Amino acid sequence: MTRVEGVALVVPGDDVDTDVMYPGAYLNVEDPAQMAQYLFEGFDPSLRERVVDGTILVVGANFGIGSSREHVPLAMQGSGIRGVVGRSFARIFYRNCVNLGLAIVACPAAADAARDGSRIAIDATGTVEVDGVEFDAPVSPRLVLELGAAGGLVEWTASRLAR
Amino acid sequence: MAHTLVEKILLAHCDVDDVRAGDVVTVRCDVVMANDVSGPVAFRAMEKMGATHVFDPSRVVMVADHFMPAKDVKSAELQGRLQRWSYEQGVTFYGQGRGGIEHTLLCEEGWIVPGAVIAGGDSHTCTYGALGAFGTGLGSTDIASCLALGSFWQAVPDTIQVELTGRTGAFVTGKDVILAVIGEIGVGGGTNAVLEFVGPGAEALSVDERLAVANMAVEAGSETGIFPADEKVERYLEGRARSPWSGERSDPDATFRQRLELDLSALEPLVAVPHLPGNVKTVSEAGPVSVDQVYIGNCANGTMTDLRQAASILGGRQVHPRTRAIVVPATQAIWREAAAEGLLDQFVEAGAIVSTPTCGACFGGSNGILAPGENAVTTTNRNFRGRMGSPEAGVYLANAWVAAAAAVAGELVHPETIT
Repeated sequence: MTRVEGVALVVPGDDVDTDVMYPGAYLNVEDPAQMAQYLFEGFDPSLRERVVDGTILVVGANFGIGSSREHVPLAMQGSGIRGVVGRSFARIFYRNCVNLGLAIVACPAAADAARDGSRIAIDATGTVEVDGVEFDAPVSPRLVLELGAAGGLVEWTASRLAR
Repeated sequence: MAHTLVEKILLAHCDVDDVRAGDVVTVRCDVVMANDVSGPVAFRAMEKMGATHVFDPSRVVMVADHFMPAKDVKSAELQGRLQRWSYEQGVTFYGQGRGGIEHTLLCEEGWIVPGAVIAGGDSHTCTYGALGAFGTGLGSTDIASCLALGSFWQAVPDTIQVELTGRTGAFVTGKDVILAVIGEIGVGGGTNAVLEFVGPGAEALSVDERLAVANMAVEAGSETGIFPADEKVERYLEGRARSPWSGERSDPDATFRQRLELDLSALEPLVAVPHLPGNVKTVSEAGPVSVDQVYIGNCANGTMTDLRQAASILGGRQVHPRTRAIVVPATQAIWREAAAEGLLDQFVEAGAIVSTPTCGACFGGSNGILAPGENAVTTTNRNFRGRMGSPEAGVYLANAWVAAAAAVAGELVHPETIT
């Protein structure tokens, strides 16, 4: 993951929790392929219909609070979502995305600038482009970049085990 | 160099010469825990990693507690998979009738000791801070990597030190302490930080109450909530601890992101109103609210302390006709102790039901789901929209006195009004 491009879909509001994005009643689903059908179920199910292959979610502050359920980013990936740009993130959601190789970047200026349909490019070297305008994002720590370069924690761990 | 308590714990669990807040380090786990929801997803990831066995079976614990007993075929399959995997890997497995809710259970069973690092496939793994451990919640891929390698990546968090002074008054508990803190700093105020509770007020809290405090640290966005171990923890761990331990404290000249002071004697019973744990009001400010269901239980508030508080109100009284009351002792051991003490009989006589230990309705799984338009007063930790069922239901988080009082009154009231 060095550069990810896609089309913005705005998820409005701050403090959006993982329960509304994937309600507890569906946590008995184990197969990631089955999870996409429940994404945003408790928040706004109509958002699902607007997700396309290549969607980049644009979100507010403290996005992804609450449960550690990886069903949320798995359902996002399964729906075609390639990245998340936000004002800020809750810790476990953030690391779940990093681990799954789903591009995630905290960049308030880019999140504020993006509208539904904006063309967005996330570059791991520390920039976010919104409709051709470039915004500086914090550069991730070395280990996080390493995970991204490997494709995620599954691949990173596999390479460690192979040594 | 001066260090915070959490910096000391992390430094002792990674291969670097020093740690500072913000450093990303690889941290060794003393215990890796997952449940019937996070475990099976982690096992899939582990297979994709090419890992055939866990790093150390003696350090891995699996607990069937979320959809326990199985609410449907899919849940039954998950539990079967958790059990089979545990036997194949030779790890400890607490199944139906043998354990209870993971966080209360792992403390009770001596897996958690001060200074330990616990990676848990559940966000409320932060509960272990009550015993001076660094317990932190992780997703399933993280857990898979922990199972394979015995370590996880972690940014060394800042510390927000909360100095507790004074003693809690009547009907005020650890639950109110943490609600007050979340109300003060907000649901994102603790992000990239741990909440450390110190001072005479912290020392005065029982271990059960510390569990309630630490449990909701994640509701402020924190990695964990931690109490330095003291004599109360030492007594709690006697005959229980599975490994040797020594207690540490933050150095006085360590760097803290923020220091807060909270006078416990000034606290009133509090409640977090829908739909955020940070929407904190006094019970008096929040009422009146008609209450359809009361739920007493969860991974930190189904302890003997909570059940005794609830029984002191429900005993000899009746649950209001418009209200349903559910009591969920957190573990099998607590269930038996509460039965021996006669508490369960008092609940049932009052018209409440007593459930087997389970995460149940706390996360909207089963065992007490809310209908549209209903309100519940619960001792649980999250009141997000739809958390316990319908997105049109309202959940009010409170301590066990307040929850029991709501059951009797049929509305949210100050427990002192129950006569």
